[in-house]
Amino acid sequence: MLPIEIRDVTLVYDTPGGKVPGVKNVSFNIGASEFICIVGPSGCGKSTLLNIIAGFLTPAAGEIRIGGKPVTGHGMDRGVVFQDFAQLFPWRTALGNVTFGLEMKGVAKAERETIAREQLRLVKLEKFTASYPHHLSGGMQQRVAIARALAYNPAVLLMDEPFAALDALTRDDMQRLLADVWRETRKTVIYVTHNVAEAVYLADRVIVMSPHPGTVKAEIKIDLPRPRDPLSVEFLECQKELLGYLGHNANANEPVN
Amino acid sequence: MQDAASSIAATTAPEGGAERWRLIARNVFPFAVVGTIWEIVAWMGIFPHRLFPTLEEVALSFYQLSVAGILPHHAIQTVLRLLTGFALAASVGVTIGVLMGRSRRAEDILLPLVSIGAPIPGLAYAPLFLLWFGLGNVSAVLLVGFVAAFPIIFNSWTGVKAVKEIWLRSAQSMGADDRRMFRHVILPGALPYILTGLRLGLAQAWRVLVAIEMLAAVPWGLGWMIFGAREFLNTDVMMAGIAVIGIIGLTLEKLVFQRIENYTVVRWGMVTA
Repeated sequence: MLPIEIRDVTLVYDTPGGKVPGVKNVSFNIGASEFICIVGPSGCGKSTLLNIIAGFLTPAAGEIRIGGKPVTGHGMDRGVVFQDFAQLFPWRTALGNVTFGLEMKGVAKAERETIAREQLRLVKLEKFTASYPHHLSGGMQQRVAIARALAYNPAVLLMDEPFAALDALTRDDMQRLLADVWRETRKTVIYVTHNVAEAVYLADRVIVMSPHPGTVKAEIKIDLPRPRDPLSVEFLECQKELLGYLGHNANANEPVN
Repeated sequence: MQDAASSIAATTAPEGGAERWRLIARNVFPFAVVGTIWEIVAWMGIFPHRLFPTLEEVALSFYQLSVAGILPHHAIQTVLRLLTGFALAASVGVTIGVLMGRSRRAEDILLPLVSIGAPIPGLAYAPLFLLWFGLGNVSAVLLVGFVAAFPIIFNSWTGVKAVKEIWLRSAQSMGADDRRMFRHVILPGALPYILTGLRLGLAQAWRVLVAIEMLAAVPWGLGWMIFGAREFLNTDVMMAGIAVIGIIGLTLEKLVFQRIENYTVVRWGMVTA
């Protein structure tokens, strides 16, 4: 896996109402196989930053390097999982969705199906390979999306609030599953969320951002042994510390998982 | 009463054969009502008998014309013209529509033209086509193609515009280049609209074709047959022709379009059956 450097990244949105700062002078490093959560209130630029790393947006200043190479546009060294369930292609089965990246890469059919089955097994969907997305629940669709992003073996997995639209119980399961997947694959993960408990549960390190313009407010290392117990005193203390950084912008009543 | 009874049965007792017969009965019922009214009117002699034949006479003509091979020959000629014109419309229409959806410049140039051309009734172009391409098949097929292309263009264009941004982003992040993005994302993503366009285009093609056959002096065809029958007050032949047109239209709709839809967009959950 590759380390990532984010250097003085700045982006300004040009809107009809004038220039709106997206992110300003954001810098931090991410180690190989590290799980990073970016947390902040709405409008803090966390999704903007993720989109810049994904290559969907070009920063006005600064640069991002993955394994020393500057990022220009999107590339297969990064896999992206969005919040919207609609990200899956409805005209392809679960297996067809997961093989997509491999197909683009030119991997032979038999091989890509073997890989895709393995990925679907990793997210516990081996029984649903032939199902079309509209027959799968929201949680299952997001699991297919994770398998799809992992299938072509990118160095980095970028996740933009992938579980935010799920109900609390399903989200709980999904977080455990993602923690397992990460332990098994050791991908570098950049995970955007506004859910503090989720960040403490998943991350090695949490980047706290504050809005207008989006800047890095704090970096907090989460030094808890895994698997983590969301009801332990240490866990709740971590959560409290994070909420402190977020001030009034944080929603302390977010479901604790 | 009968209808209510059979629909209750449909929801409570799914029992194979009997169920299917009820379904058929339910579909036949409205035709039976209209047929009965027709018979009553015919027997009462409100119109001269020659102009308003009984259904038996229509059925007899239908049978005789079919056995003599006349009706099938007319029908085949018409269907060939329809399919040629429609194939033309489908290939050109989908291409133009997709191009407009993909390219801003193409959209700027073509959209005003298409917007003006679309609401003009197809038959209004008929004299022009007859002057340019002469009487006969060429005019008929070209006019059918031209008229059917409009709804196909419009819907393909809308379909491409309606392809979800998140599909494009997902595909980009997975390394799809422009060509494969088009084939694997934009085309299937726009398919529900494209199919709707093709369906509307076929309906347009049908309408204008029957009319142009009356004008273009083609030697065979259902439109020509109906028009010709008027000269001799052969109302039964006209009715038989109209029935064939309905049957062919229904067959294309049920056997072709519904199957394609069930196999694609319905199966994918993009359109509910």
